[in-house]
Amino acid sequence: MSTQNIIPEVAHKPKPNPWVIVGRGVLQSFLVLLGIVVLYPLLWMALSGFKSNTEIFNSPFALPQNWSFSSYVDAWNNGVSQFVVSSLIVTAMSIVATVLISAWTAFGLTRTKIPGKPLLVGFVLGGMMLSPTVALVPLVRMMQSFGIYDTHWALILLYTAFRIPFTTFLIRAYMLDLPYDLDEAARMDGATEGQIFRKIILPLCQPIIVSCVILHVLFAWNEYLFAMIFTSSADTQTLPVGLTSLMSKHGTDFGQVFAAMTISALPIVIIFFLTQRYFIRGLTDGMGK
Amino acid sequence: MAWLNVHETSGASYAGSTPYSRYKHLAAMMLEWRWVLPAFIIVGWFVYYPIIENFRVSTTMQDIFTGEVENVGLENYTRLFSDKVVWSALRNNLLYAIISIVFQVFGAFIVAAIIEDLSSRKMRNFWRAVYFVPSAISTTVTGLLFYFIYQPDIGLLEEVMKILGLGAYAKAWLGDEDTAIYAIIGMSQWQGFGYSALLFTIAIQKIPKELYDAARMDGAGALRQLWSITLPMTREMTGMMIIVTITGAFQVFNEIMVMTGGGPNNSSQVLGTWLYEMGFTQNDMGYAAAIGSLIFVVTTMCGLAQLWYTKRKRVNT
Repeated sequence: MSTQNIIPEVAHKPKPNPWVIVGRGVLQSFLVLLGIVVLYPLLWMALSGFKSNTEIFNSPFALPQNWSFSSYVDAWNNGVSQFVVSSLIVTAMSIVATVLISAWTAFGLTRTKIPGKPLLVGFVLGGMMLSPTVALVPLVRMMQSFGIYDTHWALILLYTAFRIPFTTFLIRAYMLDLPYDLDEAARMDGATEGQIFRKIILPLCQPIIVSCVILHVLFAWNEYLFAMIFTSSADTQTLPVGLTSLMSKHGTDFGQVFAAMTISALPIVIIFFLTQRYFIRGLTDGMGK
Repeated sequence: MAWLNVHETSGASYAGSTPYSRYKHLAAMMLEWRWVLPAFIIVGWFVYYPIIENFRVSTTMQDIFTGEVENVGLENYTRLFSDKVVWSALRNNLLYAIISIVFQVFGAFIVAAIIEDLSSRKMRNFWRAVYFVPSAISTTVTGLLFYFIYQPDIGLLEEVMKILGLGAYAKAWLGDEDTAIYAIIGMSQWQGFGYSALLFTIAIQKIPKELYDAARMDGAGALRQLWSITLPMTREMTGMMIIVTITGAFQVFNEIMVMTGGGPNNSSQVLGTWLYEMGFTQNDMGYAAAIGSLIFVVTTMCGLAQLWYTKRKRVNT
């Protein structure tokens, strides 16, 4: 299928078949068309943030007549800035907790003589199978009884708990591939397990940890179910829930809603393009090799 | 997936001779538990325990006015099976799964095959990244975006249909009981196919190029190569994606809440949103927990299928 392989075999090079060329053309136009279907709505969203309500109604396809940032400014001042701060706090704190605990656990599950290891592996990784929706009813009571309902702590705690299984799974798979001679050599030199973890294994795991961080950012920045149930006041809501409350308050000011949506989507799109390589590694490791 | 292959390194060295040293070893072994203790506590407390607790709550009923909790046994479950909305929600979840398998597994596979057929590496990376963009964005944003796109007055869809001469068929897609769920599922395909296409391109890249060279020598055309090489060689990924897609379809929540809230007239309700409606709007926690149990059964079956599938794969390779 890949064309570059044909090139060296001049002897076998088939005569250019017109149907193949036509076929290629059709397929490539299909890719372009699909690209437009994917990107145009997003472009429309970002551009509508610069338009007035009348423009949005009357000329949906046109570029904004004058590029006014006022909707973006309004959205920012009407709560989006608070939501961004909440999202940043929850994302950052839960990243640190999740990755630290997961790396620590993964080390224990791969490189120590822990008793009952197979059971422990099953327990921790089995958590991946459990759906947050099922836990919802009891979790509300738990969070209320801890007194952290409607605080950032509730989300940090839950994001950490529900992402430890997957993150441990990724880091553990990576650690299993690191040579065990390293540990032996260090142990010979009198290193403790803690030192082997901190000074040898953890630094070697840097690439997978970067992948885990990026996947966690994607998760925490976009998570809706927990955020919606466990936060209710404006200063604790993260972006995905904040957007819906902005929508119910200023829903008729379309420019502002579009601007708020764009502000919420932009950081994650930028992060994706900057860190694609790590992103893809995390995804493919997660899906099986 | 490196699921359960555990490197067993514990062993003979601990077979102590005296009782004293045996205790010492036992203590040392217990100390090893420090490695899993944090994860054990957090995951056990916030992931496992609520699920057990959910089953207990599902056998109770709380009086909204007096707050009294009463044990009702399996009453919530019998109610579950006679609740029409539960059945239509289940049907919507199933619809979600089937349509997503068509577009996000097989459709994405074809898109991936077309991308990988491009000669320029730059273009291959470009398209794969472009199609992935909606998957990186939160479903709240894409849901709201399509809420506007589907609107009759300002909506992009109606404008596009007018241009194509289909203006007469335009309607309030989300406001119609017959189309609401399809409109939502459509948005979800738009958002999700790039994610699976990306995974498929990676699976396709791993196929040895010699296979294609040999097929070409035998005069196999592009379609024949797709059918006889690419499809069978990515079968594992396909099987995996089908299971993951079904699991995802039974956990759908965000897009429904944002786009219709389950309406009109509960026509776009899925299990997750019905649980929310019952538990958090109607305050009927016992019944909501019973719906949760139903979701648990379905997703756990999918999870076990996935486990079985990856284990089988390990044995085969």
